[in-house]
Amino acid sequence: MMLRFVLRRLVQVIPTLLLLSVLVFAWLRSLPGGPASAFLGDRATPESIANLNRLLGLDQPIWVQYFRFLGRAVTGDFGASTITGEPVMVEIGRALPATIELSVAALLIAVVLGIPLGYVAARHRGRPLDVATVVGTLFGVAVPVFFLGYVLKDVFAVDLGWFPPSGRQSVAVDATDVTGFAVLDGIMTREFDASLDALHHLVLPAVVLATIPLAVIVRITRASVLDVMDSDFVRTANSKGLAPGTVRGRHVLRNALLPVSTTIGLQVGLLLAGAVLTERVFVWGGIGTLLADAITLRDYPRLQAILLLGALIYVLVNLLVDLSYAIIDPRVRLS
Amino acid sequence: MTAAHSAAAPLTETGALLSVRDLRVVFQRRGEPPTVAVDGVSFDVAPGQVVGLVGESGCGKSVTSMAVMRLLPDRGVRVGGSVVMDGVDLLTLSDDEMRRRRGRDLSMVFQDPLTSLNPVIPIGLQVTEVLRRHRGMNKEAARKAAAELLERVGIPDPRRRLDSYPHQLSGGMRQRALIAIALACRPRLLIADEPTTALDVTIQAQILELLKELVRETGAALIMITHDLGVVAGLCETVNVLYGGRIVERAQRHRLFTTPRHPYTHGLLRSIPRLDAPPGEELPAIRGSVVDNLPWADNCAFAPRCPRAVERCVGVSPEEETTGGRLLRCHNPVPASAD
Amino acid sequence: MTATWLDRRRSRIDDLAGGRSLGSEALRRLRREPAAIAGAVIIGLFVVVAAFAPLIAPHDAAQPFPELQENLRPGSIPGPQPGFPLGSDQLGRDFLSRMILASQQTLLVGVLATLIGLAVGVVIGTVAGALGGWVDTVLMRVTDVLLAIPSLLLAISVAALAANPSQTTVIIAVAIVGVPIFARLLRGSMLAQRSSDHVLAATALGVRRPAIVMRHMLPNAIGPVIVQATLTLATAILDAAALSFLGLGDADPGRAEWGLMLAQAQAYLEVRPALAFYPAIAIIVVALGFTLLGESLREALDPKGRR
Repeated sequence: MMLRFVLRRLVQVIPTLLLLSVLVFAWLRSLPGGPASAFLGDRATPESIANLNRLLGLDQPIWVQYFRFLGRAVTGDFGASTITGEPVMVEIGRALPATIELSVAALLIAVVLGIPLGYVAARHRGRPLDVATVVGTLFGVAVPVFFLGYVLKDVFAVDLGWFPPSGRQSVAVDATDVTGFAVLDGIMTREFDASLDALHHLVLPAVVLATIPLAVIVRITRASVLDVMDSDFVRTANSKGLAPGTVRGRHVLRNALLPVSTTIGLQVGLLLAGAVLTERVFVWGGIGTLLADAITLRDYPRLQAILLLGALIYVLVNLLVDLSYAIIDPRVRLS
Repeated sequence: MTAAHSAAAPLTETGALLSVRDLRVVFQRRGEPPTVAVDGVSFDVAPGQVVGLVGESGCGKSVTSMAVMRLLPDRGVRVGGSVVMDGVDLLTLSDDEMRRRRGRDLSMVFQDPLTSLNPVIPIGLQVTEVLRRHRGMNKEAARKAAAELLERVGIPDPRRRLDSYPHQLSGGMRQRALIAIALACRPRLLIADEPTTALDVTIQAQILELLKELVRETGAALIMITHDLGVVAGLCETVNVLYGGRIVERAQRHRLFTTPRHPYTHGLLRSIPRLDAPPGEELPAIRGSVVDNLPWADNCAFAPRCPRAVERCVGVSPEEETTGGRLLRCHNPVPASAD
Repeated sequence: MTATWLDRRRSRIDDLAGGRSLGSEALRRLRREPAAIAGAVIIGLFVVVAAFAPLIAPHDAAQPFPELQENLRPGSIPGPQPGFPLGSDQLGRDFLSRMILASQQTLLVGVLATLIGLAVGVVIGTVAGALGGWVDTVLMRVTDVLLAIPSLLLAISVAALAANPSQTTVIIAVAIVGVPIFARLLRGSMLAQRSSDHVLAATALGVRRPAIVMRHMLPNAIGPVIVQATLTLATAILDAAALSFLGLGDADPGRAEWGLMLAQAQAYLEVRPALAFYPAIAIIVVALGFTLLGESLREALDPKGRR
């Protein structure tokens, strides 16, 4: 039963990914000057473009080109960065842990704070605490992420000196690199000071990146809890005289968190976008930094790879959320 | 009993299980005028008795039951009067004390069995959690008792059904499960709020039959809330007819059906299609709807829709009068010999 | 009940499509809602300032002033002084006048981006919803994929297509983010109405299909579209600011737009943080205004209508 559900979901993702590849292919074809000059960047001359066109098979029929593109994309071959000359996938592989570390930390903050806040706001519906929370979430969505980043950096790093203003690790801490996840590496190599140092660096950017997802999670949790508190089965639970804790945990929260769990998946999109902005403010050196540089210097191979990868991560994370949803909601699992 | 209550003299003189006196429920939303949903309702329920609360939607019958169970929200609602059970006014109990009584001394079955069951936890847990809460059973004992309960309410293969989720059961089975939950701790009072409305006609009869049996078997009193006079006819001993938040007529079932005195009751009974009516005869219906109601304060709320309205009905509020075991609130009742 | 995440992302849009129309009842509820009033006041002020910007601005926003320029040197930008309440910008121009004039451009970017996204989305959604069948399937598959790309990433990739970024490319990039949302919204509304009584009645009376769509179905979709457009205005202004921040904004130093000013001010954060602060506050307030009004509208139109 469960296996069939997983397989069906996996199969459903394929058309989306295929269509996505067509879009990225079309995007690549409509780059200024065509893909060849895009790949060559500033080094482009008419001869080199003609040469590369032949090499890239751009003299072939369009559908042949697409399948070649697809073949390369599937094998992770996106060419070399026009900035560094390195294969794009190598660059991305090196930068990915930094971004994942930042995103996971931000998501943790958003979930750990967001769900209780949303729940408490719902319990205080219409009272000052609720109003303050809702207004706060509206602000959270209205503040440009990078501006918030600069403000927090200025106050807490520059003026107060509580946190480092940028980077992932202090130079003074001689950390060993194992996985690229700075906090994890410190634990694995028992260099706990390195872990602490990495965490210290992580706080400000993670808080900044967490604001929008936090606001969204608070709002969804609040709306969902209000919805469930009004529901017939919570009335039934109360009519049974159950202890308040049982009503809240087993009947209200368990149902209210179902829609919240999907939202968490959707936040990954916001995190990817926010990471681009946050990483730039805090010179984080992850995918966001790669992307920002790629934009400034029009590094199209890199842009293409990050665009595809971003969409792929988004789709896959949400697939995972769907599957976990099936575990917590019996109606999905058993239907 | 004070003089003010004498008008609402109970039909059962002594030993009432539940005495509702002058129950008043007012909804107050911000920026809107308050609405009086229940306006001085009084009635008694004797142990083992089946009492009906009948009326169209908006007459206050469901709000009455919610007020008795203390399930109305705290905010935006004012509840007045008293609801005495075992000599204790339920309305004055603390939340904790009330919670200990709900599900144990009095419990409730709701209208829509699908939405009234928690969709994400198994049926079994929804039965055992009451047993464990009120009867302090351990897991195994509660599970065994739950299976017996499900079997008793006619759910086939009860052991397996304990692990089923609500959406895997049919509507009738869900309502049986809800009844099992409500009766799990053998309460002395069961309130059933339109328990058959959401079900197919054939299932309706089965559920009513089951309720009847279980009430007889456990000795519980039953308050049956319905808009369906057919349900009342088959089940209730005493029937209260509500209109606009007040009881307009109360009588024994047989007398109410044979000689309805209030024009509203009369209209309700006449609007039931009859097999023995001559073909082609027009079915009499009550004109208008609840929105035409007048405030009770100086009028009869039913006056605008009433075929027997007289001048006094607008301007003078009719009082309750009890004669020969029948309560009536009407200036110009249907003559006892009519119909 | 086997909803996927995409279904749910879609359904949030579709729910809105099924809402009630923007009738007097909804407006009556709005007038009592403090959030709606606050939002409307903010937007009203914003539009008035933008409309009369040249009249309100004390100075010529494009003109550097010698008395400001002479105090302008690396590491120092003149602050508030007589005649220039907010001081100078990085080129010796009157910062207050530029702030006021920028409201025009910001409104322009927000409104144009929203309108373009709306127009394209409405055409796609109406065609899909009105025709149904394979046209619907194909169009919705494409919008689904656009929904599957994180919105800022989508905007970045579109903006990056231009060899030289300009305000036009920013507007187009931000507009594309709105297209799939509006398309789904319109399609949902069309589908909901195709089987509604008044459309069936018109069909039975022999009214031609284009006429039914234009006269009966589109007008009924207006309520949800207004809600979504109001919310989109807020995100459009924020997205445009993010694009400017990433170097995909207009390169013209003469142009005054809040997002652009905020992005340019990065270079002078140490010297004069006010240059970043004021545009940021302006963006926050305006985005908040649109969000407040949009969310209140959504609640007023919510068929459940409880909150």
